[in-house]
Amino acid sequence: MTGATNSPVRLPCGSVRLTVNGEAVTLRPSGALWLEQHQTVVVADLHLEKGSAYAARGQMLPPYDTAETLRRLTQEVAALGPGRLILLGDSLHDGKAEARLAPTDVEQIDRLAQGLELLWVIGNHDADGPRHLPGQTLDEITIGKLILRHEPLPTPQPGEVAGHLHPCAKVTGKGRSVRRRCFATDGQRLILPAFGAYAGGLNLRDAAFSPLFAKPPIAAALGKDQVHLIGWSQLVADR
Amino acid sequence: MERPAPSLPPTLPSQFEDWFAAKGWAARDHQIAMVQRAKVGRHVLLIAPTGGGKTLAGFLPSLIDLSQTPASERAEGIHTLYISPLKALAVDVARNLMAPIEEMGLPIRVESRTGDTNLSKRQRQKANPPDILLTTPEQLALFCAWDGARAYFANLKTVIIDEVHALHGSKRGDLLCLGLARLQSFAPAMRRVGLSATVEDPDRLRRWIAPRPEVADLVLGTPGAPPRIEVLLSDQRVPWAGHSAQHAMAEVYETLKTARTALVFVNTRWQSEFAFQELWRLNEDNLPIALHHGALAPEQRRKVEAAMARGELRAVVCTSTLDLGIDWGAVDLVIQLAAPKGSSRLVQRIGRSNHRLDEPSRALLVPANRFEMLECQAALEAVAAGALDGDPPRTGALDVLAQHLMGACCGEALSSEALFAEARSAAPYEEMSQQDFDDVLSFVSNGGYALRTYDQFHRIVTGQDGLWRVRNPQTAQRHRLNVGAIVAGATLNIRVSSGRHGGGRKIGEAEEWYFEQLTPGDTFLFGGEVWRFEGVSGMDARVTRSADKEPKIPSWGGTKFSMSTHLAERVRDMIMDRDHWQHLPGDVQDWLGAQAAHSAIPAADGLLVETFPRGGKHYLVCYPFEGRLAHTTLAMLLTRRLDRLGVAPLGFVCNDYVLCIWAMKPMDGLDLNDLFQQDMLGDDLEAWLDDSIMLKRMFRHCALISGLIERRFTGAEKSGRQVTFSSDLIYDVLRKHQPDHLLLRCARADAAVGMLDIRRLGDFLQRIVGKVRGISLPKVSPFAVPVMMEIGREAIAGAAQEAILEAAAFDLISEALS
Repeated sequence: MTGATNSPVRLPCGSVRLTVNGEAVTLRPSGALWLEQHQTVVVADLHLEKGSAYAARGQMLPPYDTAETLRRLTQEVAALGPGRLILLGDSLHDGKAEARLAPTDVEQIDRLAQGLELLWVIGNHDADGPRHLPGQTLDEITIGKLILRHEPLPTPQPGEVAGHLHPCAKVTGKGRSVRRRCFATDGQRLILPAFGAYAGGLNLRDAAFSPLFAKPPIAAALGKDQVHLIGWSQLVADR
Repeated sequence: MERPAPSLPPTLPSQFEDWFAAKGWAARDHQIAMVQRAKVGRHVLLIAPTGGGKTLAGFLPSLIDLSQTPASERAEGIHTLYISPLKALAVDVARNLMAPIEEMGLPIRVESRTGDTNLSKRQRQKANPPDILLTTPEQLALFCAWDGARAYFANLKTVIIDEVHALHGSKRGDLLCLGLARLQSFAPAMRRVGLSATVEDPDRLRRWIAPRPEVADLVLGTPGAPPRIEVLLSDQRVPWAGHSAQHAMAEVYETLKTARTALVFVNTRWQSEFAFQELWRLNEDNLPIALHHGALAPEQRRKVEAAMARGELRAVVCTSTLDLGIDWGAVDLVIQLAAPKGSSRLVQRIGRSNHRLDEPSRALLVPANRFEMLECQAALEAVAAGALDGDPPRTGALDVLAQHLMGACCGEALSSEALFAEARSAAPYEEMSQQDFDDVLSFVSNGGYALRTYDQFHRIVTGQDGLWRVRNPQTAQRHRLNVGAIVAGATLNIRVSSGRHGGGRKIGEAEEWYFEQLTPGDTFLFGGEVWRFEGVSGMDARVTRSADKEPKIPSWGGTKFSMSTHLAERVRDMIMDRDHWQHLPGDVQDWLGAQAAHSAIPAADGLLVETFPRGGKHYLVCYPFEGRLAHTTLAMLLTRRLDRLGVAPLGFVCNDYVLCIWAMKPMDGLDLNDLFQQDMLGDDLEAWLDDSIMLKRMFRHCALISGLIERRFTGAEKSGRQVTFSSDLIYDVLRKHQPDHLLLRCARADAAVGMLDIRRLGDFLQRIVGKVRGISLPKVSPFAVPVMMEIGREAIAGAAQEAILEAAAFDLISEALS
């Protein structure tokens, strides 16, 4: 095995394995990051209770977003059996989201937290972290050669894994275009896609991403059952 | 329901008699009839050809009533409300109405109110209403959501709806009909007057106009002279395939020269650009030929319309934007480039020429390919026989009802019983069940979700009195920003780039998807000129003038209309009936003869299916003649079946007449009657539909119309892109967790009617049960050639999204991370 290689590998499950700052990481089609050597699953930007936040303002979006996000998260945990689950910030859509959680969703989070270490990295939407839900709240965490925090620092940071920006990749072909959530990496740092059912996306070609990467990043776009690696030159801006 | 014929002498006041006399006219019978129906307080539908004085007939009773009541004795407020589908028409009618009012010196104030009317004028109209207000359906919806509406319209005597034939069968028509019901509750004695072109089923419009269960009286105008229609038999041969009619352009130009003013109708914007460019290429005489389509900037369109009204133009190349509208006396020729797709549309378009009733309209049909030659001939015969296309039955859309209920509750407090009764008085909703209504009301209130987590959040609430009202003024304000049943696709402004910062003159707008296909440097045709695409910034596509004669990116072919069932039937019959072939041009006759010799002529009541090998692939071509939409749906479903049967289908292509599927393995051994079984409209359809982009688009429309998502927030318009994205997320979640939710039901119903033509496909499959005839051929048949020539222009749908991602996935070795 050539442990130091940078060549990404597609796994039979549809995931892609590559290295970030020399650390092996697995990018899952669900949008979760799997750090196998550390038995850790990382997901970013769940935005739980975004639907009810809109409803409170009079826009009655379907109230199933939290249940849907938790369902997909539970699926990932069941598939991988990690010892640790890290929610990488903006896990709750706003400061009052926890109070709006349906009892069944609270139970679901309780079940998730059983048998693993649940860590809430705080973000700008949920700066205080949860009050009653299980798990531990923290600002950032170092794992191997990686440092995980919600919002990426504005300069190149080798080993940084962050969320916050909700990257999306857009490609065109056959007179049509496809826009999908994606991971973005230059091999030095990694930005995770938003995991929440109602989280929107920001095109990776947007200027907000440019200070983060020393060289053009590649996108790992989330397809139906697999991750598609897409080069910078193939990506198009929204406009 | 017919009343006895009016007894003459007529009933016009002398002032009006004198006015007609001074013009050298006499009031027409239907104009008198309209006055008499008004006297007895009847709702009435007037069907008359264009140029029959229809508009004046509609207004005459109001003018008489207003002229006979001194201003001091008049009840306050609007006397007559006129509603037109076109803003331009409302403005134009104001101008035309002013002529008799000024010439008779009548004390009547007329004003128009459209989306373009500025705020101060709108406020003045509210404080000091005119006698006659001319407006659009969207403005009526806004009035209904205003808390002053009941008082404002309390003395409304008459509402006039123009171009009813163009409105009634759409969501816009649903919303308008509900708005009329609202008006009727404000002014119970209000009389409804509908003005319409000739339609296949007048009784349906009589029901639509009246508050149900009433039916409006029918008044018929004198029919005009029958039109003179010809099909252009080009000296060139009729092409096998294509949509541009380029082969006949020189003859079209020669014909234009014989006319005073001509309208040249095409079916798509891109066809209009192409035809406009071709005609100018030939325009040695420098005839003033203009272009008119929906993507051009409004100022530019107004300019063309004004030049037309002044009689300065010899021809206008136009799309359906000029199907309706302003009366241009000077037009003496209508040319239809490419097949008309339906006899009703053709009649409407022909009616744009020669608005003098006693002279025949003159029209020329120009088929672009051989099947269109048959279709043009069929259309010509249909018009001669006075046969129009039937409209499919329609039930009112529930997303539209949701918007209306929200608006009503913004206007005043109402009981659910009153709302239900009022909605059922609108014809599209007269058979709506209590359950459907309750679902819609609950949707408006709290989203209508099975999961009751939103019990504390509502948009409308019931008070102690049990009446529904809007939650707060902010919610009402947000609703008013989202009124209307028209959902435009995401469009970009096309601006001439003035330096690096853009911000140049706007020349028009076009769908976002069009620019997604272009890369900077590509040249394309717009507004009759070749432009170079420079890039997109914000909501603008930046372009510069190009010196190229030929655009690099060709115009979009095809048609957006599907051939009508009625014309399809005529085309099938024509092909069947060999005696009829002699009316067709020689090369088309030869083509039909060759088809009979090499394969078979499709039977009128069965289905001919040809299979043949070509270039290592295997083809299946069949001839349903049911229109592009139904064919596309059929092809999607057949492809799924063929996949299961193991023949490995690779793709399909369809047009209005034919569909063609190709596969890795031969298909001549298949049981064709089994393949075309009606049960394909069951599970296969459901499974395919739920994943389709089309249903997501339909859902987005329903979500916008119903108010689930907003068109814009106060201040800034959301860009179409963001809306598309977030509505897809909502769709995915809702489909999984509440698949029977009201809006998903709406989206499926819309897709079935608008995009899939399910009813038509169902009728077709029923018709051919046990009558599918397969012929195994050694090579392509003459009839199959046109569709085979279209292969390569369409990709197989379904897995296409994943395929695009797959194709973009880069070579990791060459563009590696290292």
